[in-house]
Amino acid sequence: MLSYVVKRLLQGGFVLFLVSLLTFVVMFLMPGDPARRMVGQARVTDEQLEAIRERWNLNDSFAERYWAWISNLVTGDLGTSMMRPGVTISQMIGDAAGMTLRLTVLSFVFSLCLAIPIGMLAAMKRYSLFDYISMLGSTLGIAVPNYWIGLMLIIVFSVNLGWVPPYGSASWQAYILPVLVLSIEEMAALARLTRGATIEVMNQDYVVTARAKGLARNVIMVRHVVRNALLPIITILGYRMAFILSGTIVIETVFAWPGIGRLFFDAIVQKDLQVVQAIVLLLTGIIVVVNIVTDLTYAVIDPRVRIR
Amino acid sequence: MNTAAATPRDRTTPVSPQSGNALLGENDMKVRRFRAWRRFARYRPALFGLAFVGILIICALASPLIAPYDPSDINTRLRGDGPTGSYWLGNDDIGRDILSRIIYGSRIALIVGLGATTIAVTIGVTVGAIAGYFGGRIDFLLSRIVDSLMAFPLLALLLTLSSVFGPSLRNVVLVIGCSVWASYARVVRAEVLSLRERDYVLAARAAGATDRRIIQRHIVPNALGPVIIIASLAVGGIIILESALSFLGLGVQRPTASWGTMLSDGREFLRNYPHIAIAPGVAIAMTVLAFNLIGDGLRDALDPRQRD
Repeated sequence: MLSYVVKRLLQGGFVLFLVSLLTFVVMFLMPGDPARRMVGQARVTDEQLEAIRERWNLNDSFAERYWAWISNLVTGDLGTSMMRPGVTISQMIGDAAGMTLRLTVLSFVFSLCLAIPIGMLAAMKRYSLFDYISMLGSTLGIAVPNYWIGLMLIIVFSVNLGWVPPYGSASWQAYILPVLVLSIEEMAALARLTRGATIEVMNQDYVVTARAKGLARNVIMVRHVVRNALLPIITILGYRMAFILSGTIVIETVFAWPGIGRLFFDAIVQKDLQVVQAIVLLLTGIIVVVNIVTDLTYAVIDPRVRIR
Repeated sequence: MNTAAATPRDRTTPVSPQSGNALLGENDMKVRRFRAWRRFARYRPALFGLAFVGILIICALASPLIAPYDPSDINTRLRGDGPTGSYWLGNDDIGRDILSRIIYGSRIALIVGLGATTIAVTIGVTVGAIAGYFGGRIDFLLSRIVDSLMAFPLLALLLTLSSVFGPSLRNVVLVIGCSVWASYARVVRAEVLSLRERDYVLAARAAGATDRRIIQRHIVPNALGPVIIIASLAVGGIIILESALSFLGLGVQRPTASWGTMLSDGREFLRNYPHIAIAPGVAIAMTVLAFNLIGDGLRDALDPRQRD
């Protein structure tokens, strides 16, 4: 077990390093002179450009710049933003992170609470009306772009009925639409997966044996099926986290939600690359860590994994 | 469908018809193809998907013949008009016919969906085959690159790349194609790990075949079954990604008619002209649904064990 943990942590560390390198390379590859990009349309002399390059260390080698960036990062210094002068990037991200965290946690919990029971029930009552309807729903939920559902819900519930505000985060009602929209795709994907996993477990020999020896159906479900069916679901939770975080970018933009996704999009539009870099690295770092944690949790729950 | 696909499986019944071509007569091949088609067609929704994609391809190829109006013709008097007898889906905020724009938009959806998938499959299969065949350090490095790519929140990566290299149709195809190949690499690597131990690979090596030839002729064709399934299920997701990029203004640029930019137009006028935002969303959802249903059907036809 210990060797597995160490191996997994080393792998994760290496992935984090690659991710930071990749993020940095993308910005490095950006066509055009970065000093000229910073001044925009302003007229500057060559000497002034040279001064900017000197100030931002743009004349240093790739390795030097990467090292400077990464060592600042480790100490929590993400630099200052071009969009909002005087505000540090750490401050901006800190303010927005809480809002995104609320949104993602609420949708994650909401979709898990609904999707797992639906998926299991559909598997138990295979080929029933409930099974067909829920699977049709999940097929649609995956196919329909969630930000478009957001627009439609705004038309119905904000513009026509006036029940909830169309954007912002001022009242608790403002949470309803964004959380709902972010949950739809998750719910669809998780319900499908749960159904598949449950059916697979129900066909296992040990379940057939349990049934053959006359164990009650409910006891079989609780003791043998549910726990085993949850295993594959745990493995993909980290992967689904990446989807939700990705989804917040569009959804927060649609609902003008003051979170990380919105901040990221604003930074992209205003070409504030320092902020873009910082957020990409932050989100990816979260996902890498979540993946390591899920893998280790999995190894604790299911000893078969450790042998590999 | 889940990570279970990554474990090497015993292939007693060859999945891809290519395996052992020389041993099978022309007739056997026909019988196999026919059986696969029957399994595909038994899943009725897949036939619906196939028909819809067929219609879409015709729309894309013959847009000028099918569309009732020029998609960029502006008729200021009809600005924001709802559906009428001569303008079935109404007009957008500057008076262009929405139906015609939807028909022309199918071109963008298909070009991006199919183009990006082709790029992703090419990169993914190559990387996966090399990693699985050679193993060792090459495998470690490539696998970690795949891990880091999978850890990026996809939309954040796409928006960054698109803003760095400049948004355009060509760049959207390239950027998406180069970002989504990781899952193919993973699956192919797992397949190749078991395939490279086969007797026919040993026989090829004994006969003096080079590594390159063994990979190209003997290993990759036999690893393609799962790739085809994932690819057909991925086209829909890519179409949604493209629409989201265009919706956020970093995909296909105006005035080109794409479903994403149309939604972005519609978003500005949710209050006054809600009908503008409806049709493009329905078009995206139907297209994605059609591709996903084809993917489900292919999974049933090519890999009956994964059936649910």
